[in-house]
Amino acid sequence: MNREKEELAVFSRKTLGFWVYLMTDCVLFATLFATFAVLRTATAGGPAGSDIFDLNFVLIETMILLTSSFTVGLALLAAERGLRYQSLTWLVITFALGATFLGMELWEFNHLIGEGHGWQQSAFLSSYFVLVGTHGLHIAVGLIWMAVVIFRLIQRNFKETDVRRLSLLSLFWHFLDIIWIFIFSFVYLIGGMA
Amino acid sequence: MPQIPQEWITFLFGRLTLQDFVHEPIMAGAGIGMVLGLVAVLIGLTVFKKWKWLWTNWITALDPKKIGIMYVVVSAIMLLRGFADALLLRAQQATNNNLPVELLNADHFQQIFSAHGSIMIFFVAMGLIAAMFNLLIPQQIGSRDVAFPFLNSVSFWLFVAGMILINAPLVVGEFSNAGWLAYPPLSGLEFNPGTGVDYWIWSLQIAGIGSLLSGINFFVTILKMRAPGMTLMKMPIFTWSALGSTMLIMAAFPILTVTLGLLSLDRMIDTNFFTSTLGGNPMLYINLIWAWGHPEVYILVLPAFGIFSEVVATFSGKRLFGYKSMVYAIMAITVLSFTVWLHHFFTMGAGADVNTFFGIMTMIIAIPTGVKVFNWIFTMYRGRVRFTTPMLWFIGFIVTFTIGGLTGVMMSVPAADFQFHNSLFLVAHFHNMIIGGVLFGAFAGFAYWFPKFTGFVLNERIGKWAFWSWLVGFILAFGPLYILGFMGAVRRLDHYDPSLGWQGLFIVAGVGVAVIALGVFFQVLQIVVSIIQRKKNRVGPDPWNARTLEWATHTPTPEYNFAVIPKVTERDAFWEMKKNPSKKKPAYEDIWVPKSSGVGAIIGLFALGFGVAAVWHIWWLLVLSLVAVIVLVIVKLTDDDVERKLSAEEIEEEEKKLIAKELKEQVA
Repeated sequence: MNREKEELAVFSRKTLGFWVYLMTDCVLFATLFATFAVLRTATAGGPAGSDIFDLNFVLIETMILLTSSFTVGLALLAAERGLRYQSLTWLVITFALGATFLGMELWEFNHLIGEGHGWQQSAFLSSYFVLVGTHGLHIAVGLIWMAVVIFRLIQRNFKETDVRRLSLLSLFWHFLDIIWIFIFSFVYLIGGMA
Repeated sequence: MPQIPQEWITFLFGRLTLQDFVHEPIMAGAGIGMVLGLVAVLIGLTVFKKWKWLWTNWITALDPKKIGIMYVVVSAIMLLRGFADALLLRAQQATNNNLPVELLNADHFQQIFSAHGSIMIFFVAMGLIAAMFNLLIPQQIGSRDVAFPFLNSVSFWLFVAGMILINAPLVVGEFSNAGWLAYPPLSGLEFNPGTGVDYWIWSLQIAGIGSLLSGINFFVTILKMRAPGMTLMKMPIFTWSALGSTMLIMAAFPILTVTLGLLSLDRMIDTNFFTSTLGGNPMLYINLIWAWGHPEVYILVLPAFGIFSEVVATFSGKRLFGYKSMVYAIMAITVLSFTVWLHHFFTMGAGADVNTFFGIMTMIIAIPTGVKVFNWIFTMYRGRVRFTTPMLWFIGFIVTFTIGGLTGVMMSVPAADFQFHNSLFLVAHFHNMIIGGVLFGAFAGFAYWFPKFTGFVLNERIGKWAFWSWLVGFILAFGPLYILGFMGAVRRLDHYDPSLGWQGLFIVAGVGVAVIALGVFFQVLQIVVSIIQRKKNRVGPDPWNARTLEWATHTPTPEYNFAVIPKVTERDAFWEMKKNPSKKKPAYEDIWVPKSSGVGAIIGLFALGFGVAAVWHIWWLLVLSLVAVIVLVIVKLTDDDVERKLSAEEIEEEEKKLIAKELKEQVA
């Protein structure tokens, strides 16, 4: 087998491995969703979802994250065509959107804690903070990853391997998007109903 | 001398104080013994100038064959540790804690049974399974390596970090007293404010993440790296069982990660997932831990089934009977194992409907397992059976495992389970499965594949002594527990009322463990004697007249396994190759192999630092370790220069040498 074919085979392993990793992450979130479903009504005299969620705020958060999923796709398309600066621009925009999303989430957490509704108050709040927070943690990891990609792209143009890595990053980012849609539906929309 | 302010000390050491190093005599003895052993090893390495050898040949190794051997070594040491725990437990119960000096107090007894269970499952059984994956899968599927060699090394070193963490309480702090699955609220902050449960959580968490990564790695390896021609239905059956096992790892271990994570959050930052106040739900924990825990049983036992399938086919000199039904059975078990977890707590009170469902599913999962037992027996039928030690372990397995399976079906009846629940009957049942299934499987595999990796066979005579001691000891040790369970003896008793009349049976069980100890002694002796007689016991690359591809490589196996990747046309590919040897001259080509890397070991080291920090609340170390791991991962993932080339000429030369060596030995 020649070298190029071998490299393609390695990449196809990595892609499958990454998909499989995402599925294990899916199980991880599924477990957290199940926990939330069980503990949703366990408010122990504290507030329920409908008392504390600001749906307009969360809708803006959602839109920002969905937009970032679109822009990371544009970055990948540009990278595949070898358009370095275009790709860089879209990545920086994605990063900014992701960081804004994370900032809004942290602001919301801070706000809730300030109101006295921290994770200690009830099992419902524990499961809420940990489910949403785990998603936020994933976003943070994605941002670190993206920062590394941006940094390397400023240094030098993409090699073939970098484009492949970027395609995995975009997979990761879309995956987090999907998880967020579930969080938005189950935690905020259904969980926020009175 | 100026006084160091208390805040500084707390900052530096968290909740660790000098008092935590003080232990009661038995634990102190074990701790001191462990430290002395470690010091002896370190001195030995220094005196014999082996540090460099250790670093370049082992610690930085990415070759799955070497990683596999390291797994075997660690697991074997842990088996001795877990077995020492078992000896203490049985001694306590046989004497009914009625000696002039108290053997173990209640708290220490609880720590020991918790450690025994956790170590045996996570650091013996899981370790041995990972060892088998590493040693066998690449060669069985005609591949040169695993899909992600570096990730594989990370998995191993995370396993080692977890192993160190679970043994650390012998020296500093205490271990969990909450059983091997640490049910809350007992494992919560309210009833267990000390470090014990934290040690348990972080040891399992770190090793568990390693297992998850291993699962992904070998799943991709099996699906993507098979030799040309090896379709799924031509894979060796061990590889099939490993495929099922890795699928279960990937689906089950994230649940463990979350469950342990939530428990640790309850203990660290006062969340209320599993507390008994503020809406927390301890039964949620028990559901989650068993949604991982039951598949875990099959994660362990499927590869053991695979080993037995290879052993019985080879030593019966026949094709495995019912290959296809074996594959379907493995896959059926893989799916069904996620539908039975509630049978671990029928007594929860989920109601008749729920209990009925899980009871019936439990009975159904016994069917594919039964299919396999019959397939193995039919494989022996009309074969030329050679009663070597691997085969003896296999036959022992058939007997003990069938007993264990039948008692399992007894417990699957919810109404009956209200009597068996948490009794010694249950303890006897799952030891029948884990010892009779997983451990005997590992022993069979060890004896079977030992010459593959060392070039010499184990001493058969001592091996047979070991087997018979184990089998007789096993029956003596666990037979009485079934009876005691019927008599109402519950598990985890450190003493009982003498008027119950249980002591006789407990003494028999104690004698049984002593006989097993004899078996363990013979196993150690067998290895020592075999190494001493290794010249006499030398064998070629195919000592058993085997059938699968891993025997097609040279012994010692070169780093690249196969100089030329074989073309597979049939099941039992090696058997076919022996029948129709290829006359073509091999055409060598360049091979790229991964460069050695110490980063995996360093990540393991920082993972250990993270675990220690999380247990003792040393926050600076926690942050430092986390940052270090992130930086190392980034550095490693952005590195494109990870392989080195072996040119076709080098390979040809190496192959010539290996073939010449084999020829010379055949003549001798």
